Amino acid sequence: MINLFEVSETNQMIEHDNLDVRTITMGISLLDCMDSDLGRLCAKIYDKITTCARDLVKTGRDIEIEYGIPIVNKRISVTPIALIGSAACASTADYVELARTLDRAAQAVGVNFIGGYSALVSKGMTPAEERLIRSIPTALACTERVCSSVNIGSTKTGLNMDAVRLMGDIVKATAEATKERDSLGCAKLVVFCNAPDDNPFMAGAFHGVTEADTVIHVGVSGPGVVKHALSQVRGENFEVLCETVKKTAFKVTRVGQLVAKEASNRLGVPFGIVDLSLAPTPAVGDSVAEILEEMGLESVGAPGTTAALALLNDQVKKGGVMASSYVGGLSGAFIPVSEDKGMIDAVSRGALSIEKLEAMTCVCSVGLDMIAIPGDTPASTIAGIIADEAAIGMINQKTTAVRVIPVIGKGVGETAQFGGLLGYAPILPVNTYSCESFVNRGGRIPAPIHSFKN
Amino acid sequence: MKKTIITVVGEDTVGIIAKVCSYLADSNINILDISQTIIDGYFNMMMIVDANRSVKSMEELVSDLKSLGEEIGVVIRCQHEDIFNKMHRI
Repeated sequence: MINLFEVSETNQMIEHDNLDVRTITMGISLLDCMDSDLGRLCAKIYDKITTCARDLVKTGRDIEIEYGIPIVNKRISVTPIALIGSAACASTADYVELARTLDRAAQAVGVNFIGGYSALVSKGMTPAEERLIRSIPTALACTERVCSSVNIGSTKTGLNMDAVRLMGDIVKATAEATKERDSLGCAKLVVFCNAPDDNPFMAGAFHGVTEADTVIHVGVSGPGVVKHALSQVRGENFEVLCETVKKTAFKVTRVGQLVAKEASNRLGVPFGIVDLSLAPTPAVGDSVAEILEEMGLESVGAPGTTAALALLNDQVKKGGVMASSYVGGLSGAFIPVSEDKGMIDAVSRGALSIEKLEAMTCVCSVGLDMIAIPGDTPASTIAGIIADEAAIGMINQKTTAVRVIPVIGKGVGETAQFGGLLGYAPILPVNTYSCESFVNRGGRIPAPIHSFKN
Repeated sequence: MKKTIITVVGEDTVGIIAKVCSYLADSNINILDISQTIIDGYFNMMMIVDANRSVKSMEELVSDLKSLGEEIGVVIRCQHEDIFNKMHRI
């Protein structure tokens, strides 16, 4: 029988430590909507999304009330649109029409983001995929809820450097297209290496072609819970530290598993995965950086940060894997700058640079995330940042991503405001030496060798 | 049988249990177990109840008990037992 101590521990996590389920994401395959006529394609996409996800928001709310656990976001991911529109979209404007359709469908069912305005071009680009990529700046500027991602490399294929170079331009153009709102469009655009098919988190979510017709994924959260648990073991050795993280991750993930199974049963949609990521928000006490500081760092960014993060990430997985029957997605600690109060503070006090953040991404998911950089950063430099991050993912067989925001009209020392869960960020300086001749070479970086690991 | 857990946390005062119990009786909810303790000077109570024959929906229960708590000056939560079972039992 459950006892009073356990009940109050759970409720303490929810009320004081910001324990929540970050997202229930319904993956919807649009492959059966494909058509060569744009009008018919749009109608079929709208109908399929609004039919499959009709009860998603209500079901999420019912579960929230019944179990007393906040479920922050209800979202949708769809099959990469570059594929779905390949027969119907003869121009970038046609693809933008699909983005508008996704936006309308998302609004109709009441979700705040829909992911999958995506292209998977890790080895090469079809003309349709290139059209979708070139339509991203307009698509993100004229929609509210659509999120876009492009996979430009993988461990098995190497890096598509033509796509990397192109994405440098696209990130810059997206920033320009949304410059009135501190280049907010770039917050909805992720460039991946080794993108997972079943990621429930935005902006990088899409419904891979290896997935079932519809599926429910859940992303858990809980940095505040881990931090609170660690505050009880200050000064203890690493064994105690690791055990504490692991046990806490287990408890947090069990809640995610419960919510995922309930949502799957009630919606009659198969359960996909639980994503074990520790996802921060700009709220006080909901920060991954604060966990690292609780471990004993004066500020995140100090020497020792990468080791602390590696430990955290690994223990979260060890605890979480046992708590859920299927784990997937990104599953690691997120270190977005603008969405994490502790990260914002570290950047403001000059303790954290892009170079240190890059080192941190070697040991956790998911990459250089929500980092504001000067608006005059050249597109070729952004392509260089993407190439560096993708190389880390390719060589280390992990997912990495870049979501940087060149804030048009602002420079180092100023702050970009994105609002809501996207937060705000002081603009970080970028190394000003050029990589133009390198990224302009064109072609591909071959897949790495899978032996002689060093 | 689906069980529901009601928790009351706040400053101790006269009649907390009485008020919660009479609300539950009016709603045709059977109390299976009550435990209480004082943690850090705060009154902590947990009730395990059977709400299967309740005349109220879960949504009504949650919001009625929340407002009852606000009247008394305590926090009352009402949750399905599984969130605790899953978190604390393998």
